[in-house]
Order: sequence, then structure tokens, then C-alpha cells
Amino acid sequence: MANHQAVDFNKNVSRALNDAQLRKNFKFAMGNFVVKRQNIFPDKTETEQLRALGNAIKQRALSRLPELLEQLEQNCTKNGIQVHWAETTEDANEHVLNIMRAHEATLLVKGKSMVSEEMHLNKFLQFHGIEAIETDLGEFIVQLNNETPSHIIVPAIHKNKDQIAKILHDNIPDTPYTEDVQELNAIARKTLRQKFYKAGVGLSGVNLAVAETGTLCLVENEGNGRMCTTVPPVHIALMGLEKVIEKLEEIPPMLRLLIGSATGQLITTYVNMITSPRKKGEKDGPKEVHLIILDNGRSKIYADPQRRQTLQCIRCGTCLNHCPVYTRIGGHAYGFIYPGPIGKILNPQVEGLEAAGFLATASSLCNACEEVCPVKIPIPELLRRIRNDTYSTNPNGTMEGHGYKSKGIERLVWKAWTFLNTHPMINATGLKIRGALGLKFPKLGPLKHWTRHRTNPQIAKKSLHELVKEHGVDNE
Amino acid sequence: MSEQARERIFARLNAAGSKPSTRGPRVADLPVKTYSREEKIENLKSLMEAMRTEVHRTSEQNWLAKLEEVLKQRDVKSLLYGPQSPIGEALQSKWKNDGSDLTVLVPYDKEIEKFKDSIFNIDAGITSTYGAIAETGALILWSSVQEPRQMSLVPPIHIAVLRADNIYNSFLEVMQQENWAAGMPTNAFLISGPSKTADIELTLAFGVHGPKELIVMVIDD
Repeated sequence: MANHQAVDFNKNVSRALNDAQLRKNFKFAMGNFVVKRQNIFPDKTETEQLRALGNAIKQRALSRLPELLEQLEQNCTKNGIQVHWAETTEDANEHVLNIMRAHEATLLVKGKSMVSEEMHLNKFLQFHGIEAIETDLGEFIVQLNNETPSHIIVPAIHKNKDQIAKILHDNIPDTPYTEDVQELNAIARKTLRQKFYKAGVGLSGVNLAVAETGTLCLVENEGNGRMCTTVPPVHIALMGLEKVIEKLEEIPPMLRLLIGSATGQLITTYVNMITSPRKKGEKDGPKEVHLIILDNGRSKIYADPQRRQTLQCIRCGTCLNHCPVYTRIGGHAYGFIYPGPIGKILNPQVEGLEAAGFLATASSLCNACEEVCPVKIPIPELLRRIRNDTYSTNPNGTMEGHGYKSKGIERLVWKAWTFLNTHPMINATGLKIRGALGLKFPKLGPLKHWTRHRTNPQIAKKSLHELVKEHGVDNE
Repeated sequence: MSEQARERIFARLNAAGSKPSTRGPRVADLPVKTYSREEKIENLKSLMEAMRTEVHRTSEQNWLAKLEEVLKQRDVKSLLYGPQSPIGEALQSKWKNDGSDLTVLVPYDKEIEKFKDSIFNIDAGITSTYGAIAETGALILWSSVQEPRQMSLVPPIHIAVLRADNIYNSFLEVMQQENWAAGMPTNAFLISGPSKTADIELTLAFGVHGPKELIVMVIDD
């Protein structure tokens, strides 16, 4: 935690906004996702009913989180799944390394896992001489190009097919340059098949963990997730501790929401429910299954009832697709693993306000994210909370970096503003003077950040109050 | 490391003093869609065909002939099957009686450790199914001793045999009706089509890591 490198957000944003190709790629993809989501949730009443259920399932689960995690652990253990707890990403990395070493494994095949991105697992394993290969096509492309995902669901969406053709051609030996998507796909299949065959350990994320049965549920379209969890002799599953739900029967509505919101599909190609390692007599499947449950700041978020709603997130990425900011700047500009609206509320709470609080300002509070969120996380409310906490003088703050931007001069300005607006006579006189002099906002000091990009407001000679007094009001 | 980490995590979570909530709608409040037998088959068929699955409505008497046709079309040289599976006997009798050797039946009868090379080089795999889901268009498979998980995953062609009687209205219905919560298998999974991706410019491409083709034989008597 709080070990994140400083991000020059303004510079990143300027660069992204001036990259015509990047903007075209995102505009096309996000527009596409918005339409697909609309089509898969055609009935508004039904959708609202489903979202209310999704919200309730997650809220009920979070309200009993310690109990459900214990139940999950008990049932997994009973089924033969080995459970490991990790307070930090460092802990989680160590767990993976220890398991790899215990099996003398030098190759890890990875299905898509945002938690593993959070852990920077690939770099960590590489440092320890272990090859970790991303097998989701998008993640594979991003890894070849030495980048991080720019989107939670479609990691390589910032690249178009010409750029991807070049990445594959440059990085995979004996690969001809082709812009044909089917051929690019075939190249990835061929390359990764051998990795699946050879790998000593497979790794995956977890979409939902069911406490009642100790079942890990994963969704995907490519089959790489099933490959990673089925072919190698050992399977490691990584999950954030917020992913647990109470009952098995909650899977269908949660998946309907997750899949519809994420890709606009009715169902993914594969829904994979894993409840144990290979049992006696069974001929395949991993002989060992390990579940690593990661905290990394989540339990601190949990302590605050308002902020706890952040943990309802099921990582569908639909808030990214609908965000006017994300759509224009893409995922990398944010400088954190989780981009877009969910990242704006999650990263500041995990990494602290000083490192990531600025993210909450990259929003017009248009509410689109809240309107589409399948589990109804009040993202705008939490954005305002983070903004407030950044400047707050309340001594009981719970967020790391609480009130770090609180400045005497600003407090004074707000006091004056409050005074003016609660004393109408003085306010009116002040406005009159300003109007008479035609004063504009000066383009200096802290105001220049505002005035630089906006037309300077001109103060009218007569206030609205005066105009109303002169003309009267027409009540139609 | 894990034990202390566990204690500290639980200490923090418990310190939050959250009270169990029972508020909000329940799964049981969801509207239930039901289909007639014919609707179930047709809905499943059209949804799966839209995902580029080949679906054949056939009968107990004709499905093996249909299978032969399907294999011939694709020039399938080797077909992986489970000899003890519900369809194992039928397959064996067909092959024995016919004497045709266009396709060799390969039994999955040993542990993967001794079988990996064969599986990674086989043309197709055939499995029975637990059932299917009409509402979303997906097959249900449960891993078993008779039919291991890799049969439906590693070979480039997967042929699935489904009995029309085993098509459920919804995913929720099958879970509740068959009381899955009382005992889940090692691996239960749904398959709604051949493997696919849209990771490059959102262009749909089939056959990434899983089977390139999915063929479903619906036995409807």
C-alpha cells in the first residue's frame, strides 16, 4: 500500500487527449459497449428489479462478511481446497511463489485476474526466475507490449488491429505480419497451447465465491480460464475478500448482471464452477487447488459503512464504458490498475488520498456510472466523500491522508463565502459593486486553473433580483 | 504468515461491528419464465446457433448415423470418448458393428499424466451432458470419473449429446430443483458455444483456446 509511484495526471490527460488514434479506439469500443448493454437489458422494470437484487445480495453478504469468509474457508478446506490469507500484495505474491517452489514449477499460465495486476505478480515472479504468461488474448497482447491493461474487461482495447499485428509480429518468433483478426487469433492459440501443455501451475481470478458450498465461480469466453484451472497439475485462485456471496442460488442473478454489464452477452461461453481438486478416481483436473484471499486495504474500507459500498463492486467495467472522462482519456492516463469511475473511488481508499485522491476530481459528477452500476454503488456520492475528506478538518477521518490538503487560506475563503451567502444585504451590495465595475475573474493565482479552459464569466450590471423587481414575474 | 495475516484481517473486519442485514429483495422474488417442451428445444437451439453452435435435432435411433455424418464432413480421424459414460456403450456398439475405420474411437481410460500427449493431438471429443438451459442457451456438464473435464476442452471439436428431457427453463431452476447446494461436483460448468474472443477491436473470432467447433445432438424422442 501507498507504494504507488507518483502520477502526473495532468500530463497523462493532455497526452491522451492529443492521441487521435487512442481516442478513436476508445470512442468506438465504448460506444459499442453502451449499445450492447442496452440491447441485453431491454426491459427497464426487469433490469431495475435485477439491480435491486444484485445490490441486496452484495449488501447482505458484506453485512456478514467475517462470518461468510469463515464459512467459505471451512467449506473450501472440507472440499480439499487450501486457503491462504494475504494482508498485503507482498503476502499474496509470497504465497504464489511458495506454491510454485513447492512444485518446482518454472512456468505459470494465467487466466485473467485483476487481483494479480494489483499484486504486480508477473514482475515479482520474473524477478524470482519464474515465467508468468497471460493467456487471455487481450492480456497476452498487453503483456507482449510490456503494458498494463487499459480496461478491466478488454485489456488491449487501446490498440487497434494494426498496432496489435505489429506487437505480435515483433514479439513472437517466426510470426508473419497480418492484420487479419482470425489469423492473429490463430497465432495466439498456437503459441499458448504449448504453454498450457507445459505449465506446472495455472492461475485464475474468482468472480464469485460461494460460502454455502465452497465453490469458486469464473466466467469467460475464450476457454483459457478453463485451461488454466483444468490442465496444469496445480491451480491457484486469487480473490479479493469482498468477492464472497452467501448462497449458490445467488449465482444466476449475479452472473446475469455481471455478464450483461460487462460484455452485453446473455451468458459467456463458459461458466466454470470449481468446488474441489481432483478426487480419487478422477482422471484429470489439478491435484491441488489453492485459494489466496487478499485484503490489501479492503478491511479498512470495510470499517466505514458509507465507504463499504465500494466493496460491492463485481468488476464488470460498465462504469468505464459509460464514463465521459474514461471514454476520452482511456485507462492508462489514470496511472492506476483500476481505471475509470470505480478506480476513482477504489484507488484513493487503498493507496491513500495523497497518492490517489486527485482521481476523484477527474469527474463531472454526471451520475452515468451510478445509473448503470449493476450493484448500484453510489459512485458520485463516494467521489464527493473523497473530495471532502481531502480538505476536511474533521479530526475523526478514517481515510489515509484525510484532510491533507486542508489549507488556512481556503478555509478562510469558504468562511467568507458562507458569510456572504447567509447575509443577503451584504451579498447584494457586493454584487452591485462588482457589476458596476464590470469585474472579471483574474487569470492568476489559484483561479487560473479554472479560467484557463473556460470563458470568463461576466457579471451583469443588474442582478436577477433587480430585474425581477423591475419587470415583475409572469406566473403562467 | 497466513495464520497471523488471517487473525489481523478478521480482527479488522470484526471491529467494524457490522450487523447482519436481511433487507432487500430475494432470489425468490425474481419473475420465473417457463417454456413448453418444444419452446425449450427451439429457444436453446436458436440461442446456441446464434453463437455458432451446430445443433441437430435427432432421435435415439438416428443420432449415431448423424454423428457419423458429422465426423465424415470434418474428416475426424480420432474421437475421444468415455467408455463408461452414458453414451459409451452405444458408441462402442456402433463402431464394432460397422467396421468402418474412418474415425478411431479413443477411450479416456487413464490418468491425464499418462495421456496428455494423446489428448493434445486428438481431433474431437464426445461427451454426454447433465442437461441444458433454455433461457440462456447453454449446456450443463458435470465432471465425472467417466467423463473427465478435458474431453470438452482440449480437442478442437466438441460434440455434446443432450437429451431433450433434460432441458431446464433456467439456470436457477436446475440448481434449485436438483438441489445443487447439497453437493457440488469437482467441476460443474456451462458451455454456450465454441470458444471465442472479441479482444481485438471487438471483432468476434472463434476458436481461441477452447474448442473451435461445438456440435450438439439433441435426442428428442
